[in-house]
Amino acid sequence: MTLKVLAIDDSKTIRELLRSVMEEAGFDFSSAVDGVDGVERYAEVRPDVVITDINMPNMDGYGVIDAIRKGDIDNQVPILVLTTESGDKLKARARDAGATGWIVKPFDDVSLVSVIRRVTGMVA
Amino acid sequence: MRNPILDTFFEETEELLESLAEGLESMQGAEFDKETVNSVFRAVHSIKGGAGAFKLTDLVSFAHSFETVMDAVRSETLALTPQIMHTLMRSADCLADLVDAARSGRTIPEEVTSGFLTALQACLGEGEIEAVDAWDNFEFAAIQLDIGPVDIPALPEAFSSAATAAPDTIGQVQIGYQIEFRPHAALFTNGHEPALLFGALADLGRITTHIDLSRLPEWQDLDPTDPRLSWSVDLRTDEGELAVQEVFEFVHGLCDLTIKPLLGEAPMLPNDLNASLSEPEDVPQLASPVMNEVVQAALPQPAAVPPPASSMAAAAPKPKTDRSEDGSDAKGPKATLRVDLDRVDRLINAVGELIINQAMIAQRLQDMTTIRDDDLVMHIEDYRLLARDIQEGVMAIRAQPVKSLFQRMSRIVREAADGTGKLAELVTYGEGTEVDKTVVERLADPLTHMIRNAVDHGLESREARAAAGKPAMGTIRLSASHRSGSVIITVKDDGAGLNRPKILEIAKRKGLVAPDAELNDSEIDQLLFMAGFSTATTISNLSGRGVGLDVVRNAVQALGGRISIATTPGQGTEFTIMLPLTLAVMDGMVVTVGGQTLVVPITSIIETIRPLPSDLHRIGTDETLLSIRGRMIPVVDVARSLGFPSPGTFNAPLLLLVESESLGECALVVDSVQDQRQVVIKSLESNFGSVPGVSAATVLGDGRIALILDPDAIAGGRVTPAYLMPNILSNAGRTAHANA
Repeated sequence: MTLKVLAIDDSKTIRELLRSVMEEAGFDFSSAVDGVDGVERYAEVRPDVVITDINMPNMDGYGVIDAIRKGDIDNQVPILVLTTESGDKLKARARDAGATGWIVKPFDDVSLVSVIRRVTGMVA
Repeated sequence: MRNPILDTFFEETEELLESLAEGLESMQGAEFDKETVNSVFRAVHSIKGGAGAFKLTDLVSFAHSFETVMDAVRSETLALTPQIMHTLMRSADCLADLVDAARSGRTIPEEVTSGFLTALQACLGEGEIEAVDAWDNFEFAAIQLDIGPVDIPALPEAFSSAATAAPDTIGQVQIGYQIEFRPHAALFTNGHEPALLFGALADLGRITTHIDLSRLPEWQDLDPTDPRLSWSVDLRTDEGELAVQEVFEFVHGLCDLTIKPLLGEAPMLPNDLNASLSEPEDVPQLASPVMNEVVQAALPQPAAVPPPASSMAAAAPKPKTDRSEDGSDAKGPKATLRVDLDRVDRLINAVGELIINQAMIAQRLQDMTTIRDDDLVMHIEDYRLLARDIQEGVMAIRAQPVKSLFQRMSRIVREAADGTGKLAELVTYGEGTEVDKTVVERLADPLTHMIRNAVDHGLESREARAAAGKPAMGTIRLSASHRSGSVIITVKDDGAGLNRPKILEIAKRKGLVAPDAELNDSEIDQLLFMAGFSTATTISNLSGRGVGLDVVRNAVQALGGRISIATTPGQGTEFTIMLPLTLAVMDGMVVTVGGQTLVVPITSIIETIRPLPSDLHRIGTDETLLSIRGRMIPVVDVARSLGFPSPGTFNAPLLLLVESESLGECALVVDSVQDQRQVVIKSLESNFGSVPGVSAATVLGDGRIALILDPDAIAGGRVTPAYLMPNILSNAGRTAHANA
């Protein structure tokens, strides 16, 4: 079964970068442009893993995590937070919000894919 | 090959810079909401994020400083003073420059950006901007080994004994790690799965797991959301401890974790043993404080009777979100489609052909007088309407609001004001006015120059303004509007108005007019547009060359537009640019001159008249003047200007009254008016170069090519007689496909 990835980021550049890496890795890639869109898309796509930015308009990444964790649909899905800050504070905050892990931008494709495999256990 | 995502980045950055400028603009106003500040922050943040992905280090580090200041503004630890606002705006300009530089592969000298960086730093006081260390090193694997405990109290005694990796029994060495792992409920609610962690450990070496069932309650007491299992894992590996820590990176604080060295028989000879002990790679690379210590959960330990997972989550510190309470009324992104401009232009070309084709069919039908088919006539009419619809639709694709162009101008005002020590603000109107993309692009330079001029020469010095009782802050008013098929753009300052005696004096000194010439006011104003007239004492550093208003006028004319000037002493000067809506199609009057079919742009025609012979006054041998409503205006023999056969005298000629910049109104003599219609503009320049007097050509319904007149050049006498013209007209056979 193909792994379904949902990426939520308001930056088209980041979405496109993620898309190219995810599709290269053979994942089924969907994306959303902000938190509200992301939560909607989550219900439609039913992804195996969610990658979300933190700073977004309409609903930020913490809001996304909160909505998914409190929702009815597969609320223990792995959620990876994309962050430009590598600071511990932000990671602690993401973890406390319910994030499974984090990806520090700028990311490279190898480690990005390996993190996804790490939290999903899926090979491709 | 260039990474297509890099193009996406620059496209997106362009939009971000726009919303950045827009956000800062509204932050200047008295009232702005938190979301505006947030959007400015996000714009800078996104630029930084994208730039990082492409290793654009200059951009990243500048954006980082900018972002830090914006973050302080956002969190209200930094009050917005006018000085800080100014710094932010200038930084946005600098950021835009860095983006431009990155796009063209240039670098901006450090001394240029360092000034802005210092100013940003100054906003925060001393040492507030952390260096972007992480950003300087782009070669690292993205998943940083952030082994430092997230919120574990410092454990001074925690220096691991394992780090020394010394055998504590003769014959025993560290052969791996012994890991005690007890997940908390939050580990599961955060989407982790112990089996995956064990799998990751198994990737490092050989593992043996022991499950501890001792804490498992009786069946009837079992709460599935309360984890009671724990594991002990023996990992035999050569990997350093960092690798093991990395496996548990994401679950720090979500479990109890102990990592101890696993000792065992060395599977090697004694002499190898000594060797291996001295080898550094056998020693864990880092002694982490976490080593050998129970990693205490950040979350409270489950109580004796643990609450269900959901309320556990609720008990966890609530994440504060940055979003405003009702995110619902925030603007969603407008659905747009990015299309390669080439595709649009191909479509526009095809639509042009379609319109010509329609005209040809209609013409043929009209010629076939023997067969009358009313249905066919009706269908052709439908065809015409459809073609026009399509054409308008396609043109709308190329149309874009002048907003982005206008936004850039506020920067010009700021820079020019800073450079001249004046206070100036830009007020814009009609930003939503849509104009053809090419017009917007090609207007940037002339407009930049005009705006700069307005601040530089239009506005008075602060002292002079004070003396005149004007507010210290000068206003440059930039507006765009649509008026009867044209776009009107005006640049108006509230300065002192043109100093006509001085202009005349300069023109005389530069030999542009005779020393004894007597010019009326509007003639003096026109001197500004003459090549070689420039009152500027310093050369514009924006365009890198000193351009005069003559260059502005040429640029506007190249777009098929006109520029005029109006001034009121003491109140200011207003420049008005009038441009066609589109460069591809125009409304034209089809006329005959000297047996040739020509097209005159409707926009330049004031009226058509057939005067009485008594209204024409012959002056000398060549000149004729028309007396109309008490004024005398020159009559221009178009046929003779273009070198066509001309009778030279006219009794009751048909005249087109046109507005010309150089001569004011003048009357063009034509033989007859055939039609008024929309014509597709086909540029001649790629094949014939610039032909004075002729702005372009078009293909008529019968397949003939007609030249489109440039009334201004005709009126001003700046034309090439036909015998010097490239062989256009004789080639104008029955070729429907003129080279565009």
